[in-house]
Amino acid sequence: MLKGLLDSIVLIFTGDSALTNIILVSLRVTGISLLISTLIGIPLGIFLGLKRFIGKRLVIALLYTGMGFPPVVVGLFVYLMLSRAGPLGQLGWSFIPHLYTTGAMVVAQIIISFPLVAGFTMSAVLSLDSQLRLQLHALGATPRQALWTMLVEARVGVLISIIAGFGSIISEVGAVMMVGGNIENATRTLTTAIVLETRKGDFSMAMALGIILLTISFIVNVAMLRLQGKALDQ
Amino acid sequence: MFKRFVSCICVLLMVVGMTACAAPAATEAPKATEAPQATEAPKATEAPKATEAPKATEAPTEAAAATEVPTAQFQHTAGRLILATTTSTYDSGLLDYLLPMFEEEYGVKVDVVSVGSGEAMKIGERGDADVLLVHSRKAEDAFMEAGNGTRREDVMYNDFVIIGPADDPAGIKGMTAVDAFKKLAETQTEFLSRGDKSGTHTKELSIWASAEITPTGDWYVSAGLGMGDLLTMAQEKQAYTLSDRATYLTRVKSGLDLVVLVEGDKALLNPYGVITVNPEKNSGIQADMATKFLEWIISVPVQQKISEFGMEEYGQSLFIPDSTAWKAAQGQ
Repeated sequence: MLKGLLDSIVLIFTGDSALTNIILVSLRVTGISLLISTLIGIPLGIFLGLKRFIGKRLVIALLYTGMGFPPVVVGLFVYLMLSRAGPLGQLGWSFIPHLYTTGAMVVAQIIISFPLVAGFTMSAVLSLDSQLRLQLHALGATPRQALWTMLVEARVGVLISIIAGFGSIISEVGAVMMVGGNIENATRTLTTAIVLETRKGDFSMAMALGIILLTISFIVNVAMLRLQGKALDQ
Repeated sequence: MFKRFVSCICVLLMVVGMTACAAPAATEAPKATEAPQATEAPKATEAPKATEAPKATEAPTEAAAATEVPTAQFQHTAGRLILATTTSTYDSGLLDYLLPMFEEEYGVKVDVVSVGSGEAMKIGERGDADVLLVHSRKAEDAFMEAGNGTRREDVMYNDFVIIGPADDPAGIKGMTAVDAFKKLAETQTEFLSRGDKSGTHTKELSIWASAEITPTGDWYVSAGLGMGDLLTMAQEKQAYTLSDRATYLTRVKSGLDLVVLVEGDKALLNPYGVITVNPEKNSGIQADMATKFLEWIISVPVQQKISEFGMEEYGQSLFIPDSTAWKAAQGQ
Protein backbone atom coordinates (compact mmCIF):
# COMPACT_ATOMS: atom_id res chain seq x y z
CA MET A 1 0.00 0.00 0.00
CA LEU A 2 2.72 2.47 1.04
CA LYS A 3 4.86 1.29 -1.84
CA GLY A 4 1.90 1.86 -4.14
CA LEU A 5 1.64 5.42 -2.91
CA LEU A 6 5.33 6.05 -3.47
CA ASP A 7 5.27 4.47 -6.91
CA SER A 8 2.27 6.54 -7.83
CA ILE A 9 3.98 9.78 -6.87
CA VAL A 10 7.00 8.84 -8.97
CA LEU A 11 4.72 7.95 -11.89
CA ILE A 12 2.84 11.22 -11.64
CA PHE A 13 6.00 13.31 -11.72
CA THR A 14 7.82 11.39 -14.43
CA GLY A 15 4.61 11.74 -16.45
CA ASP A 16 4.85 9.37 -19.40
CA SER A 17 2.90 10.10 -22.55
CA ALA A 18 0.37 7.26 -22.10
CA LEU A 19 -0.60 8.67 -18.73
CA THR A 20 -0.88 12.20 -20.11
CA ASN A 21 -3.11 10.89 -22.84
CA ILE A 22 -5.38 9.09 -20.39
CA ILE A 23 -5.76 12.26 -18.32
CA LEU A 24 -6.46 14.36 -21.41
CA VAL A 25 -9.13 11.95 -22.67
CA SER A 26 -10.76 11.96 -19.23
CA LEU A 27 -10.77 15.74 -19.03
CA ARG A 28 -11.99 16.21 -22.58
CA VAL A 29 -14.87 13.75 -22.26
CA THR A 30 -15.83 15.11 -18.84
CA GLY A 31 -15.61 18.72 -19.98
CA ILE A 32 -17.70 18.32 -23.12
CA SER A 33 -20.29 16.11 -21.40
CA LEU A 34 -20.62 18.46 -18.44
CA LEU A 35 -20.95 21.50 -20.69
CA ILE A 36 -23.74 19.94 -22.73
CA SER A 37 -25.58 18.42 -19.77
CA THR A 38 -25.40 21.82 -18.03
CA LEU A 39 -26.82 23.50 -21.12
CA ILE A 40 -29.69 21.00 -21.15
CA GLY A 41 -30.09 20.49 -17.41
CA ILE A 42 -30.17 24.03 -16.02
CA PRO A 43 -32.88 25.39 -18.35
CA LEU A 44 -34.88 22.20 -17.84
CA GLY A 45 -34.51 22.50 -14.06
CA ILE A 46 -35.60 26.14 -14.07
CA PHE A 47 -38.54 25.35 -16.31
CA LEU A 48 -39.69 22.52 -14.06
CA GLY A 49 -39.18 24.68 -10.99
CA LEU A 50 -41.24 27.61 -12.22
CA LYS A 51 -43.89 26.46 -14.68
CA ARG A 52 -47.00 24.48 -13.98
CA PHE A 53 -48.25 22.13 -16.67
CA ILE A 54 -50.16 18.91 -17.03
CA GLY A 55 -48.00 15.85 -16.42
CA LYS A 56 -45.40 17.76 -14.45
CA ARG A 57 -45.40 15.21 -11.66
CA LEU A 58 -44.70 12.48 -14.18
CA VAL A 59 -41.81 14.44 -15.70
CA ILE A 60 -40.36 15.04 -12.24
CA ALA A 61 -40.75 11.39 -11.33
CA LEU A 62 -38.93 10.46 -14.53
CA LEU A 63 -36.21 12.96 -13.75
CA TYR A 64 -35.69 11.56 -10.27
CA THR A 65 -35.53 8.07 -11.76
CA GLY A 66 -32.90 9.38 -14.16
CA MET A 67 -30.88 10.72 -11.21
CA GLY A 68 -30.54 7.24 -9.84
CA PHE A 69 -30.29 5.41 -13.13
CA PRO A 70 -27.56 2.76 -13.25
CA PRO A 71 -24.87 4.04 -15.64
CA VAL A 72 -24.28 0.57 -17.08
CA VAL A 73 -27.87 0.46 -18.27
CA VAL A 74 -27.34 3.81 -19.99
CA GLY A 75 -24.17 2.35 -21.48
CA LEU A 76 -26.03 -0.67 -22.75
CA PHE A 77 -28.76 1.51 -24.24
CA VAL A 78 -26.27 3.79 -26.02
CA TYR A 79 -24.33 0.74 -27.15
CA LEU A 80 -27.38 -0.88 -28.74
CA MET A 81 -28.42 2.41 -30.35
CA LEU A 82 -25.03 3.18 -31.89
CA SER A 83 -24.06 -0.38 -32.81
CA ARG A 84 -23.71 -1.11 -36.52
CA ALA A 85 -26.86 -3.21 -36.26
CA GLY A 86 -28.63 -0.69 -34.00
CA PRO A 87 -31.31 1.80 -35.06
CA LEU A 88 -29.04 4.86 -35.09
CA GLY A 89 -25.92 3.05 -36.25
CA GLN A 90 -27.73 1.73 -39.31
CA LEU A 91 -28.62 5.23 -40.49
CA GLY A 92 -24.94 5.98 -40.97
CA TRP A 93 -25.44 9.71 -40.49
CA SER A 94 -22.14 11.48 -40.06
CA PHE A 95 -23.13 13.42 -36.93
CA ILE A 96 -24.00 10.23 -35.06
CA PRO A 97 -20.87 9.13 -33.24
CA HIS A 98 -19.50 5.64 -33.86
CA LEU A 99 -19.08 3.13 -31.09
CA TYR A 100 -15.64 3.03 -29.50
CA THR A 101 -15.05 6.75 -29.95
CA THR A 102 -15.04 9.58 -27.44
CA GLY A 103 -18.22 10.84 -29.12
CA ALA A 104 -20.12 7.75 -28.01
CA MET A 105 -18.74 8.20 -24.49
CA VAL A 106 -19.93 11.81 -24.41
CA VAL A 107 -23.44 10.73 -25.45
CA ALA A 108 -23.61 8.22 -22.60
CA GLN A 109 -22.19 10.66 -20.07
CA ILE A 110 -24.72 13.33 -21.00
CA ILE A 111 -27.60 10.92 -20.50
CA ILE A 112 -26.16 9.92 -17.13
CA SER A 113 -25.47 13.43 -15.83
CA PHE A 114 -28.16 15.78 -17.14
CA PRO A 115 -30.93 14.45 -14.84
CA LEU A 116 -28.67 15.24 -11.88
CA VAL A 117 -28.07 18.79 -13.10
CA ALA A 118 -31.74 19.34 -13.89
CA GLY A 119 -32.95 17.77 -10.64
CA PHE A 120 -30.71 19.79 -8.35
CA THR A 121 -31.39 23.00 -10.29
CA MET A 122 -35.10 22.40 -9.95
CA SER A 123 -34.73 21.90 -6.20
CA ALA A 124 -32.75 25.11 -5.92
CA VAL A 125 -35.35 27.09 -7.84
CA LEU A 126 -38.19 25.55 -5.84
CA SER A 127 -36.51 26.46 -2.58
CA LEU A 128 -36.55 30.17 -3.45
CA ASP A 129 -39.05 32.27 -1.53
CA SER A 130 -42.30 32.11 -3.41
CA GLN A 131 -42.79 35.81 -2.73
CA LEU A 132 -39.69 36.63 -4.79
CA ARG A 133 -41.39 36.09 -8.06
CA LEU A 134 -44.37 38.22 -7.11
CA GLN A 135 -42.05 40.96 -5.89
CA LEU A 136 -40.04 40.90 -9.09
CA HIS A 137 -43.23 41.08 -11.02
CA ALA A 138 -44.50 43.94 -8.90
CA LEU A 139 -41.22 45.82 -9.36
CA GLY A 140 -41.81 45.66 -13.10
CA ALA A 141 -39.01 43.26 -14.04
CA THR A 142 -39.21 41.84 -17.55
CA PRO A 143 -39.46 38.00 -17.65
CA ARG A 144 -35.84 37.81 -18.65
CA GLN A 145 -34.72 40.05 -15.78
CA ALA A 146 -36.87 38.07 -13.38
CA LEU A 147 -35.39 34.80 -14.59
CA TRP A 148 -31.86 36.10 -14.24
CA THR A 149 -32.49 37.41 -10.73
CA MET A 150 -33.91 34.09 -9.66
CA LEU A 151 -30.98 32.20 -11.16
CA VAL A 152 -28.61 34.45 -9.22
CA GLU A 153 -30.61 33.88 -6.04
CA ALA A 154 -30.46 30.13 -6.54
CA ARG A 155 -26.80 30.07 -7.61
CA VAL A 156 -25.58 27.89 -4.72
CA GLY A 157 -28.03 25.17 -5.64
CA VAL A 158 -27.24 25.52 -9.33
CA LEU A 159 -23.52 25.18 -8.66
CA ILE A 160 -24.18 22.11 -6.55
CA SER A 161 -26.09 20.68 -9.48
CA ILE A 162 -23.07 21.19 -11.71
CA ILE A 163 -20.76 19.65 -9.10
CA ALA A 164 -23.04 16.63 -8.82
CA GLY A 165 -23.01 16.28 -12.61
CA PHE A 166 -19.25 16.54 -12.68
CA GLY A 167 -18.89 13.93 -9.94
CA SER A 168 -21.08 11.45 -11.74
CA ILE A 169 -19.23 11.91 -15.02
CA ILE A 170 -15.64 11.77 -13.84
CA SER A 171 -16.21 8.71 -11.65
CA GLU A 172 -18.22 6.74 -14.21
CA VAL A 173 -16.65 3.52 -15.44
CA GLY A 174 -19.22 0.95 -16.59
CA ALA A 175 -20.81 2.89 -19.42
CA VAL A 176 -17.59 4.39 -20.80
CA MET A 177 -16.00 0.95 -20.78
CA MET A 178 -18.93 -0.40 -22.76
CA VAL A 179 -19.32 2.29 -25.41
CA GLY A 180 -15.73 3.57 -25.42
CA GLY A 181 -14.00 0.21 -25.37
CA ASN A 182 -11.02 1.33 -23.26
CA ILE A 183 -8.78 1.73 -26.34
CA GLU A 184 -5.26 2.86 -25.61
CA ASN A 185 -4.52 6.43 -26.71
CA ALA A 186 -8.12 6.85 -27.87
CA THR A 187 -10.87 6.09 -25.40
CA ARG A 188 -9.02 5.04 -22.27
CA THR A 189 -9.99 7.21 -19.31
CA LEU A 190 -8.71 7.29 -15.76
CA THR A 191 -11.50 5.05 -14.49
CA THR A 192 -11.24 2.42 -17.23
CA ALA A 193 -7.45 2.49 -16.93
CA ILE A 194 -7.81 1.73 -13.20
CA VAL A 195 -9.95 -1.30 -14.03
CA LEU A 196 -7.40 -2.45 -16.60
CA GLU A 197 -4.35 -1.98 -14.38
CA THR A 198 -6.11 -3.86 -11.61
CA ARG A 199 -6.90 -6.67 -14.01
CA LYS A 200 -3.24 -6.76 -14.99
CA GLY A 201 -2.29 -6.99 -11.35
CA ASP A 202 -0.40 -3.68 -11.50
CA PHE A 203 -1.83 -2.27 -8.30
CA SER A 204 0.66 0.56 -7.94
CA MET A 205 -0.26 1.96 -11.34
CA ALA A 206 -3.95 1.57 -10.50
CA MET A 207 -3.30 3.40 -7.26
CA ALA A 208 -1.45 6.19 -9.04
CA LEU A 209 -4.35 6.65 -11.43
CA GLY A 210 -6.76 6.67 -8.51
CA ILE A 211 -4.77 9.38 -6.78
CA ILE A 212 -4.70 11.45 -9.96
CA LEU A 213 -8.46 11.02 -10.32
CA LEU A 214 -9.05 12.15 -6.74
CA THR A 215 -6.71 15.09 -7.17
CA ILE A 216 -8.46 16.29 -10.32
CA SER A 217 -11.83 15.90 -8.63
CA PHE A 218 -10.58 17.82 -5.61
CA ILE A 219 -9.12 20.69 -7.65
CA VAL A 220 -12.30 21.07 -9.69
CA ASN A 221 -14.47 21.06 -6.58
CA VAL A 222 -12.26 23.61 -4.83
CA ALA A 223 -12.46 25.83 -7.91
CA MET A 224 -16.24 25.57 -7.98
CA LEU A 225 -16.48 26.27 -4.24
CA ARG A 226 -14.42 29.42 -4.75
CA LEU A 227 -16.87 30.47 -7.43
CA GLN A 228 -19.73 30.27 -4.98
CA GLY A 229 -17.62 31.28 -2.00
CA LYS A 230 -19.40 34.52 -1.18
CA ALA A 231 -22.82 32.97 -1.40
CA LEU A 232 -21.82 30.27 1.08
CA ASP A 233 -20.44 32.77 3.57
CA GLN A 234 -23.65 34.71 3.76
CA MET B 1 -46.43 29.10 10.43
CA PHE B 2 -47.63 25.91 8.81
CA LYS B 3 -46.05 26.99 5.56
CA ARG B 4 -42.67 27.48 7.19
CA PHE B 5 -42.91 24.09 8.77
CA VAL B 6 -43.65 22.52 5.42
CA SER B 7 -40.78 24.31 3.73
CA CYS B 8 -38.44 23.24 6.53
CA ILE B 9 -39.44 19.64 5.93
CA CYS B 10 -38.90 20.13 2.21
CA VAL B 11 -35.40 21.49 2.76
CA LEU B 12 -34.59 18.60 5.06
CA LEU B 13 -35.81 16.08 2.53
CA MET B 14 -33.79 17.77 -0.17
CA VAL B 15 -30.61 17.69 1.89
CA VAL B 16 -31.15 14.01 2.59
CA GLY B 17 -31.86 13.45 -1.08
CA MET B 18 -28.77 15.33 -2.12
CA THR B 19 -26.46 13.45 0.19
CA ALA B 20 -28.05 10.20 -0.89
CA CYS B 21 -27.57 11.06 -4.54
CA ALA B 22 -24.14 12.55 -4.15
CA ALA B 23 -22.78 9.70 -2.06
CA PRO B 24 -22.41 7.08 -4.82
CA ALA B 25 -20.54 9.49 -7.03
CA ALA B 26 -18.27 10.58 -4.22
CA THR B 27 -17.43 7.12 -2.95
CA GLU B 28 -16.92 5.48 -6.30
CA ALA B 29 -13.46 6.85 -6.93
CA PRO B 30 -11.83 5.92 -3.63
CA LYS B 31 -13.39 2.47 -3.80
CA ALA B 32 -11.79 1.91 -7.13
CA THR B 33 -8.38 2.78 -5.77
CA GLU B 34 -8.51 1.13 -2.41
CA ALA B 35 -10.16 -2.17 -3.19
CA PRO B 36 -9.25 -2.95 -6.76
CA GLN B 37 -10.59 -6.48 -6.50
CA ALA B 38 -14.05 -5.19 -5.77
CA THR B 39 -14.92 -4.89 -9.42
CA GLU B 40 -13.40 -8.17 -10.39
CA ALA B 41 -14.65 -10.53 -7.74
CA PRO B 42 -18.37 -10.87 -8.06
CA LYS B 43 -18.30 -14.52 -7.10
CA ALA B 44 -16.37 -13.96 -3.94
CA THR B 45 -18.69 -11.30 -2.61
CA GLU B 46 -21.64 -13.57 -3.17
CA ALA B 47 -20.41 -15.84 -0.43
CA PRO B 48 -22.66 -15.21 2.55
CA LYS B 49 -19.99 -15.82 5.15
CA ALA B 50 -17.61 -13.36 3.58
CA THR B 51 -20.10 -10.55 3.74
CA GLU B 52 -21.52 -11.32 7.14
CA ALA B 53 -18.86 -10.02 9.46
CA PRO B 54 -15.79 -9.05 7.52
CA LYS B 55 -14.52 -6.51 10.04
CA ALA B 56 -14.80 -8.67 13.11
CA THR B 57 -12.63 -11.45 11.71
CA GLU B 58 -10.22 -9.25 9.85
CA ALA B 59 -8.60 -7.40 12.71
CA PRO B 60 -7.12 -10.03 15.03
CA THR B 61 -6.30 -12.98 12.76
CA GLU B 62 -5.24 -11.23 9.63
CA ALA B 63 -3.61 -8.06 10.79
CA ALA B 64 -1.14 -8.23 7.94
CA ALA B 65 -3.89 -8.50 5.38
CA ALA B 66 -5.88 -5.72 7.01
CA THR B 67 -3.08 -3.20 6.61
CA GLU B 68 -2.79 -4.18 2.98
CA VAL B 69 -5.47 -3.42 0.45
CA PRO B 70 -8.75 -4.51 2.07
CA THR B 71 -9.36 -8.14 1.32
CA ALA B 72 -12.81 -8.58 2.72
CA GLN B 73 -13.85 -10.41 -0.41
CA PHE B 74 -11.11 -12.95 0.03
CA GLN B 75 -11.83 -14.09 3.54
CA HIS B 76 -10.26 -17.44 4.09
CA THR B 77 -12.80 -19.59 5.87
CA ALA B 78 -12.82 -23.26 6.64
CA GLY B 79 -15.02 -25.17 4.22
CA ARG B 80 -14.35 -22.68 1.43
CA LEU B 81 -11.62 -22.86 -1.13
CA ILE B 82 -10.68 -19.73 -3.06
CA LEU B 83 -9.69 -20.46 -6.64
CA ALA B 84 -8.23 -17.61 -8.64
CA THR B 85 -8.47 -18.35 -12.32
CA THR B 86 -8.53 -16.83 -15.75
CA THR B 87 -11.66 -15.50 -17.35
CA SER B 88 -11.46 -18.14 -20.09
CA THR B 89 -11.99 -21.15 -17.82
CA TYR B 90 -14.87 -19.44 -16.12
CA ASP B 91 -16.55 -17.82 -19.13
CA SER B 92 -16.42 -21.03 -21.16
CA GLY B 93 -18.45 -22.78 -18.45
CA LEU B 94 -15.77 -25.38 -17.69
CA LEU B 95 -15.67 -24.55 -13.99
CA ASP B 96 -19.42 -24.63 -13.63
CA TYR B 97 -19.22 -28.09 -15.14
CA LEU B 98 -16.33 -29.41 -13.05
CA LEU B 99 -16.54 -27.73 -9.66
CA PRO B 100 -19.85 -29.18 -8.40
CA MET B 101 -18.22 -32.63 -8.57
CA PHE B 102 -15.33 -31.47 -6.40
CA GLU B 103 -17.62 -29.66 -4.00
CA GLU B 104 -19.75 -32.75 -3.54
CA GLU B 105 -16.84 -35.11 -3.12
CA TYR B 106 -14.98 -33.05 -0.53
CA GLY B 107 -17.84 -31.12 1.07
CA VAL B 108 -16.23 -27.80 0.36
CA LYS B 109 -17.48 -24.70 -1.40
CA VAL B 110 -15.19 -23.31 -4.09
CA ASP B 111 -15.25 -19.54 -4.52
CA VAL B 112 -14.07 -18.63 -7.99
CA VAL B 113 -12.32 -15.34 -8.56
CA SER B 114 -12.27 -15.00 -12.32
CA VAL B 115 -9.72 -12.44 -13.50
CA GLY B 116 -6.85 -12.16 -16.00
CA SER B 117 -3.88 -14.52 -15.51
CA GLY B 118 -1.78 -11.56 -14.41
CA GLU B 119 -4.14 -10.54 -11.67
CA ALA B 120 -4.82 -14.14 -10.66
CA MET B 121 -1.14 -14.63 -9.97
CA LYS B 122 -0.94 -11.33 -8.13
CA ILE B 123 -3.79 -12.49 -5.92
CA GLY B 124 -1.86 -15.71 -5.28
CA GLU B 125 1.29 -13.76 -4.52
CA ARG B 126 -0.56 -11.82 -1.85
CA GLY B 127 -1.94 -15.03 -0.37
CA ASP B 128 -5.51 -14.03 -1.09
CA ALA B 129 -6.32 -17.28 -2.89
CA ASP B 130 -5.66 -20.93 -2.02
CA VAL B 131 -5.14 -22.34 -5.47
CA LEU B 132 -4.63 -20.96 -8.98
CA LEU B 133 -5.66 -22.26 -12.38
CA VAL B 134 -3.85 -20.10 -14.92
CA HIS B 135 -2.29 -20.12 -18.36
CA SER B 136 0.83 -18.08 -18.69
CA ARG B 137 3.70 -20.52 -18.55
CA LYS B 138 6.57 -18.07 -18.15
CA ALA B 139 4.80 -16.13 -15.42
CA GLU B 140 3.89 -19.42 -13.72
CA ASP B 141 7.53 -20.49 -13.65
CA ALA B 142 8.54 -17.12 -12.24
CA PHE B 143 5.80 -17.47 -9.64
CA MET B 144 7.16 -20.84 -8.53
CA GLU B 145 10.76 -19.62 -8.52
CA ALA B 146 9.81 -16.75 -6.22
CA GLY B 147 8.47 -19.30 -3.73
CA ASN B 148 4.90 -18.14 -4.05
CA GLY B 149 3.59 -21.62 -4.82
CA THR B 150 4.28 -25.04 -3.40
CA ARG B 151 3.39 -27.25 -6.35
CA ARG B 152 2.63 -26.79 -10.04
CA GLU B 153 1.10 -29.34 -12.41
CA ASP B 154 0.04 -29.29 -16.05
CA VAL B 155 -3.73 -29.62 -16.33
CA MET B 156 -4.84 -29.20 -19.90
CA TYR B 157 -4.45 -27.02 -22.91
CA ASN B 158 -6.73 -25.31 -25.28
CA ASP B 159 -5.76 -23.48 -28.41
CA PHE B 160 -6.00 -20.01 -29.80
CA VAL B 161 -7.42 -19.11 -33.16
CA ILE B 162 -6.93 -16.03 -35.30
CA ILE B 163 -10.34 -14.82 -36.35
CA GLY B 164 -11.53 -12.15 -38.71
CA PRO B 165 -14.25 -11.18 -41.20
CA ALA B 166 -15.44 -14.01 -43.45
CA ASP B 167 -14.24 -12.23 -46.63
CA ASP B 168 -10.73 -12.06 -45.12
CA PRO B 169 -9.60 -8.71 -46.60
CA ALA B 170 -6.00 -9.23 -45.48
CA GLY B 171 -5.86 -12.71 -47.02
CA ILE B 172 -4.38 -14.64 -44.10
CA LYS B 173 -6.50 -17.76 -44.31
CA GLY B 174 -4.55 -20.96 -43.73
CA MET B 175 -1.24 -19.26 -42.97
CA THR B 176 0.89 -19.97 -39.89
CA ALA B 177 0.29 -17.65 -36.97
CA VAL B 178 3.54 -15.78 -37.48
CA ASP B 179 3.00 -15.30 -41.22
CA ALA B 180 -0.56 -14.17 -40.61
CA PHE B 181 0.60 -11.54 -38.14
CA LYS B 182 3.28 -10.39 -40.59
CA LYS B 183 0.65 -10.03 -43.29
CA LEU B 184 -1.67 -8.07 -41.00
CA ALA B 185 1.12 -5.67 -40.12
CA GLU B 186 2.16 -5.32 -43.75
CA THR B 187 -1.38 -4.54 -44.96
CA GLN B 188 -2.10 -2.41 -41.87
CA THR B 189 -5.37 -4.26 -41.32
CA GLU B 190 -7.20 -3.42 -38.14
CA PHE B 191 -6.20 -5.84 -35.39
CA LEU B 192 -7.62 -5.76 -31.86
CA SER B 193 -5.40 -6.61 -28.94
CA ARG B 194 -6.52 -7.48 -25.41
CA GLY B 195 -3.78 -5.21 -24.09
CA ASP B 196 -4.40 -6.40 -20.54
CA LYS B 197 -1.43 -8.72 -19.85
CA SER B 198 -3.80 -11.68 -19.84
CA GLY B 199 -2.71 -15.11 -21.02
CA THR B 200 -4.21 -14.35 -24.43
CA HIS B 201 -2.38 -11.04 -24.62
CA THR B 202 0.87 -12.68 -23.58
CA LYS B 203 0.39 -15.25 -26.34
CA GLU B 204 -0.31 -12.52 -28.87
CA LEU B 205 2.82 -10.63 -27.87
CA SER B 206 4.92 -13.78 -28.18
CA ILE B 207 3.67 -14.24 -31.74
CA TRP B 208 4.52 -10.61 -32.58
CA ALA B 209 7.95 -11.24 -31.08
CA SER B 210 8.42 -14.33 -33.26
CA ALA B 211 7.40 -12.26 -36.27
CA GLU B 212 9.94 -9.62 -35.21
CA ILE B 213 7.35 -6.88 -35.40
CA THR B 214 6.54 -4.22 -32.86
CA PRO B 215 2.92 -3.47 -33.70
CA THR B 216 2.21 0.25 -33.64
CA GLY B 217 -0.10 2.52 -35.59
CA ASP B 218 -3.79 3.18 -35.99
CA TRP B 219 -4.43 -0.36 -37.25
CA TYR B 220 -3.26 -1.88 -33.97
CA VAL B 221 -5.96 -1.27 -31.38
CA SER B 222 -4.95 -2.01 -27.80
CA ALA B 223 -8.33 -2.25 -26.17
CA GLY B 224 -7.73 -3.37 -22.61
CA LEU B 225 -10.85 -5.53 -22.51
CA GLY B 226 -11.75 -9.07 -21.54
CA MET B 227 -12.09 -11.69 -24.29
CA GLY B 228 -15.88 -11.49 -24.52
CA ASP B 229 -15.89 -7.70 -24.78
CA LEU B 230 -13.09 -7.80 -27.31
CA LEU B 231 -15.01 -10.22 -29.53
CA THR B 232 -17.99 -7.88 -29.38
CA MET B 233 -15.72 -5.07 -30.49
CA ALA B 234 -14.18 -7.16 -33.27
CA GLN B 235 -17.65 -8.00 -34.53
CA GLU B 236 -18.65 -4.35 -34.46
CA LYS B 237 -15.50 -3.18 -36.23
CA GLN B 238 -15.18 -6.26 -38.46
CA ALA B 239 -11.58 -6.49 -37.36
CA TYR B 240 -9.08 -9.31 -36.78
CA THR B 241 -8.17 -10.61 -33.37
CA LEU B 242 -6.69 -13.53 -31.46
CA SER B 243 -9.11 -15.51 -29.30
CA ASP B 244 -9.12 -18.71 -27.33
CA ARG B 245 -11.26 -21.30 -29.07
CA ALA B 246 -13.65 -21.86 -26.16
CA THR B 247 -14.72 -18.24 -25.83
CA TYR B 248 -14.91 -17.89 -29.59
CA LEU B 249 -17.20 -20.93 -30.01
CA THR B 250 -19.43 -19.78 -27.19
CA ARG B 251 -19.85 -16.44 -28.93
CA VAL B 252 -20.49 -17.97 -32.34
CA LYS B 253 -23.52 -19.62 -30.77
CA SER B 254 -24.84 -16.21 -29.81
CA GLY B 255 -24.43 -14.70 -33.26
CA LEU B 256 -20.79 -13.77 -33.79
CA ASP B 257 -20.17 -13.86 -37.56
CA LEU B 258 -16.36 -13.71 -37.58
CA VAL B 259 -14.66 -16.88 -38.80
CA VAL B 260 -11.55 -18.85 -37.86
CA LEU B 261 -8.79 -18.05 -40.35
CA VAL B 262 -5.73 -19.53 -38.69
CA GLU B 263 -5.75 -22.57 -36.39
CA GLY B 264 -3.85 -25.69 -35.44
CA ASP B 265 -0.45 -23.98 -35.44
CA LYS B 266 1.79 -25.18 -32.62
CA ALA B 267 2.45 -21.56 -31.70
CA LEU B 268 -1.22 -21.24 -30.84
CA LEU B 269 -1.38 -23.88 -28.11
CA ASN B 270 -2.25 -22.64 -24.66
CA PRO B 271 -1.29 -24.80 -21.67
CA TYR B 272 -3.03 -24.40 -18.29
CA GLY B 273 -1.36 -25.09 -14.98
CA VAL B 274 -2.68 -25.54 -11.47
CA ILE B 275 -0.67 -24.08 -8.61
CA THR B 276 -1.15 -24.42 -4.85
CA VAL B 277 -0.30 -21.16 -3.10
CA ASN B 278 2.44 -21.23 -0.47
CA PRO B 279 0.60 -21.39 2.90
CA GLU B 280 3.26 -19.13 4.45
CA LYS B 281 1.72 -16.28 2.48
CA ASN B 282 -1.30 -16.01 4.69
CA SER B 283 -2.36 -17.81 7.84
CA GLY B 284 -5.82 -18.51 6.43
CA ILE B 285 -4.70 -20.49 3.40
CA GLN B 286 -6.37 -23.89 3.13
CA ALA B 287 -3.25 -25.77 2.10
CA ASP B 288 -4.69 -29.28 2.58
CA MET B 289 -7.79 -28.56 0.58
CA ALA B 290 -5.73 -26.81 -2.10
CA THR B 291 -3.55 -29.90 -2.49
CA LYS B 292 -6.65 -32.08 -2.68
CA PHE B 293 -7.97 -29.84 -5.42
CA LEU B 294 -4.69 -30.03 -7.34
CA GLU B 295 -4.60 -33.81 -7.13
CA TRP B 296 -8.26 -34.03 -8.00
CA ILE B 297 -8.05 -31.95 -11.16
CA ILE B 298 -5.06 -33.85 -12.55
CA SER B 299 -6.58 -37.27 -11.75
CA VAL B 300 -7.57 -39.46 -14.69
CA PRO B 301 -11.38 -39.44 -14.15
CA VAL B 302 -11.49 -35.64 -13.95
CA GLN B 303 -9.19 -35.35 -16.96
CA GLN B 304 -11.63 -37.58 -18.80
CA LYS B 305 -14.43 -35.20 -17.82
CA ILE B 306 -12.40 -32.27 -19.14
CA SER B 307 -11.98 -33.98 -22.49
CA GLU B 308 -15.73 -34.52 -22.68
CA PHE B 309 -16.54 -30.88 -21.97
CA GLY B 310 -18.00 -29.12 -25.00
CA MET B 311 -18.39 -32.30 -27.08
CA GLU B 312 -22.12 -32.27 -26.84
CA GLU B 313 -22.61 -28.61 -27.57
CA TYR B 314 -19.89 -27.86 -30.12
CA GLY B 315 -18.95 -31.30 -31.39
CA GLN B 316 -15.36 -30.74 -30.29
CA SER B 317 -13.39 -30.69 -27.04
CA LEU B 318 -12.74 -27.19 -25.80
CA PHE B 319 -9.91 -28.27 -23.53
CA ILE B 320 -7.50 -31.14 -24.15
CA PRO B 321 -6.42 -32.94 -20.93
CA ASP B 322 -2.68 -32.85 -20.43
CA SER B 323 -1.76 -34.00 -16.89
CA THR B 324 1.04 -36.49 -16.31
CA ALA B 325 -1.39 -39.06 -14.94
CA TRP B 326 -3.66 -38.68 -17.98
CA LYS B 327 -0.79 -39.03 -20.43
CA ALA B 328 0.42 -42.15 -18.62
CA ALA B 329 -3.08 -43.61 -18.73
CA GLN B 330 -3.24 -42.92 -22.45
CA GLY B 331 0.13 -44.61 -22.92
CA GLN B 332 1.75 -41.49 -24.31
